Amino acid sequence: MVTQPQEAVIRCEGIWKVFGAKAKEAISAVKSGQLTKTQIRDDLDCIVGVRDATFDVGRGEIFCIMGLSGSGKSTLIRHINRLIEPTDGAVYIEGRNVNTMGAKELRQLRAEKIGMVFQSMALMPHRNVRDNVAFALEVRGVAEGKRREVARQAIEAVELTGWDLKYPDELSGGMQQRVGLARAIAANPSILLMDEPFSALDPLIRRQLQGTFMQLSAELHKTTVFITHDLDEAIRIGDRIAIMKDGVLVQVGTPEEIVTNPADDYVAQFVGGISKLDLVTAVKVMQPLERYRRTNGSADTANWPVARPDDKLNTLVDLSIGTDHPILVKDGDVVAGVVTKDSLLRGIQGREDHGLANGGIN
Amino acid sequence: MADENSFDWLNPFVSVDLDLANRSDGIKQWAIENREAIQPFKIFLDGLIQSIERAFLATPPLVMLALIVLIAWQAAGRRTAIYVAIALTVLGFLSPEAWSLAMTTLAIVMGAVILSVIIGLPLGILAGKSDRFEAVLRPILDTMQTIPAFVYLVPVVMLIGIGNVSGVLVTVIFALAPLIRLTSLGIRTVNPSVVEAARAFGATPSQIMFKVELPMATPTIFAGLNQTIMLSLSMVVIASMISVRGLGNEVLRAMGRLDAGKALVGGLGIVILAVVLDRITQGLNRSGRERGHRHWWQTGPLGLIANLFHKHA
Repeated sequence: MVTQPQEAVIRCEGIWKVFGAKAKEAISAVKSGQLTKTQIRDDLDCIVGVRDATFDVGRGEIFCIMGLSGSGKSTLIRHINRLIEPTDGAVYIEGRNVNTMGAKELRQLRAEKIGMVFQSMALMPHRNVRDNVAFALEVRGVAEGKRREVARQAIEAVELTGWDLKYPDELSGGMQQRVGLARAIAANPSILLMDEPFSALDPLIRRQLQGTFMQLSAELHKTTVFITHDLDEAIRIGDRIAIMKDGVLVQVGTPEEIVTNPADDYVAQFVGGISKLDLVTAVKVMQPLERYRRTNGSADTANWPVARPDDKLNTLVDLSIGTDHPILVKDGDVVAGVVTKDSLLRGIQGREDHGLANGGIN
Repeated sequence: MADENSFDWLNPFVSVDLDLANRSDGIKQWAIENREAIQPFKIFLDGLIQSIERAFLATPPLVMLALIVLIAWQAAGRRTAIYVAIALTVLGFLSPEAWSLAMTTLAIVMGAVILSVIIGLPLGILAGKSDRFEAVLRPILDTMQTIPAFVYLVPVVMLIGIGNVSGVLVTVIFALAPLIRLTSLGIRTVNPSVVEAARAFGATPSQIMFKVELPMATPTIFAGLNQTIMLSLSMVVIASMISVRGLGNEVLRAMGRLDAGKALVGGLGIVILAVVLDRITQGLNRSGRERGHRHWWQTGPLGLIANLFHKHA
């Protein structure tokens, strides 16, 4: 990846959240390594929710936080708009410290800058779809005519046109979450916080909504923090993924980094079952042409199919079908390497294979 | 009498006399002395009740009946309206005076309910918000609900004098508790994730209260209001002991003369009034879904009128 000085829209610095009366004590105990998690729970009567979480989210980036239930991910996301106060650490949004804001400033930030979608949808049952969607505008005191217009657009964006005057209990789960999404984008915030938005939906609807969301986020280019317990979802949606376990961010990286280079056994266990087809690029599975020639003798590359270094395995499979030749990887006009059928298959399996042992394909 | 010298450790209660009853009788003196301070409140309440009563009695019975039926239709739908119409007709035919007596009772009950809402709703909201306040309030509410009315009848009369205002006051003491309790319950049982969502979208505490918590607690609050109305009606006979007129007074007088027939007429009148008020307030409680997701003014007689205008426009 090209390193560019990306502007951090959201910046979390050393966030700690410990629930319980002796929270500060517990933090110092964990920092110095005196007590284990169970000791803190039993001796100090404290629960460590988030442990020293630090990360940046750049403008327009979709940052996924993946973890199992109880890993602290929902607690962490609520620090960003300060629904929860950190025990230690600070959150900066566009350079402003959220934790030192006054009540009014904070409300303004929430109403104008941040939209949030909840797993439980949290729609207001006494308000119809339109009034739910326009809620953030209403609390800001936007005039009714303008509110209706904005709500209509947001409802259209999530493909619910015609449902404006229905009530949440008349809608299916998937449609309710579309309303939740419309409500989050209605005020045109620059940041979206998604707290397991699609987890409560059945798989088909979930796919559909993921599609809607990705389409929207491509159009609107919102900085997004997306919580999920589903690694597939995280990989499909996220530009970067943070894996969270017991309140700790175990690994932060691009989907490809996480899948091909898991930081520890816990992450490895997670990514084990993940399909590499749309993640791993040709660069990861190719070998230099010279080495190929050394083991297989010189070959005429003229008839070989050609791929680019950042082509995914899926593309390589397509190229590979219908020919017996290996694939030539070219970066522009320069030959970067060769992907043999063996290394392609190993790549799909997720195991390393540099073609050292293969006798070539004939 | 227990011997002065022999203190029985196994039964200490007979040998110690704190003389609570006599000391507490001072409350009567206190009430008499503070009569003046309570006058503005008394005048206000008396004015309220009298204007309600006068309006109810001045309206011709059939017009009043039609009004109540229309309100029932609006609030609870056509079936309830028919039910209410039949019940009120029966009430009117109970005896020639039954209607005017019922209107007097209705005025007293209305006064008590209005006062209960003015006091109960804010207290209930506070109790729903603060655990400590709820803890303080709970024993007071228990006392108000269970202490026999005869206990506070005398001090109230000493303080305010006999009549409608005292009647409304003792009724409120008895009937207030469910409104406070259920308002508190309603606020407490609002889905916390919806409140969190409102916070996340930048709502102020008062916006959360009026746009989220109160609307979502409304069904529970209405259930409390319904209970308060029912309890108010059950107090009318006791209130008539301090010279409150109306159906309760009929029952009390009939009891004095051992006139079973008259007692039955008065009693049935109270029951019918209770049923009518119950049905109407229960109807208020219908959810949006039961109304077919229309606003309350889009159904019933108002909806009918609105539709007429719609067609002509």
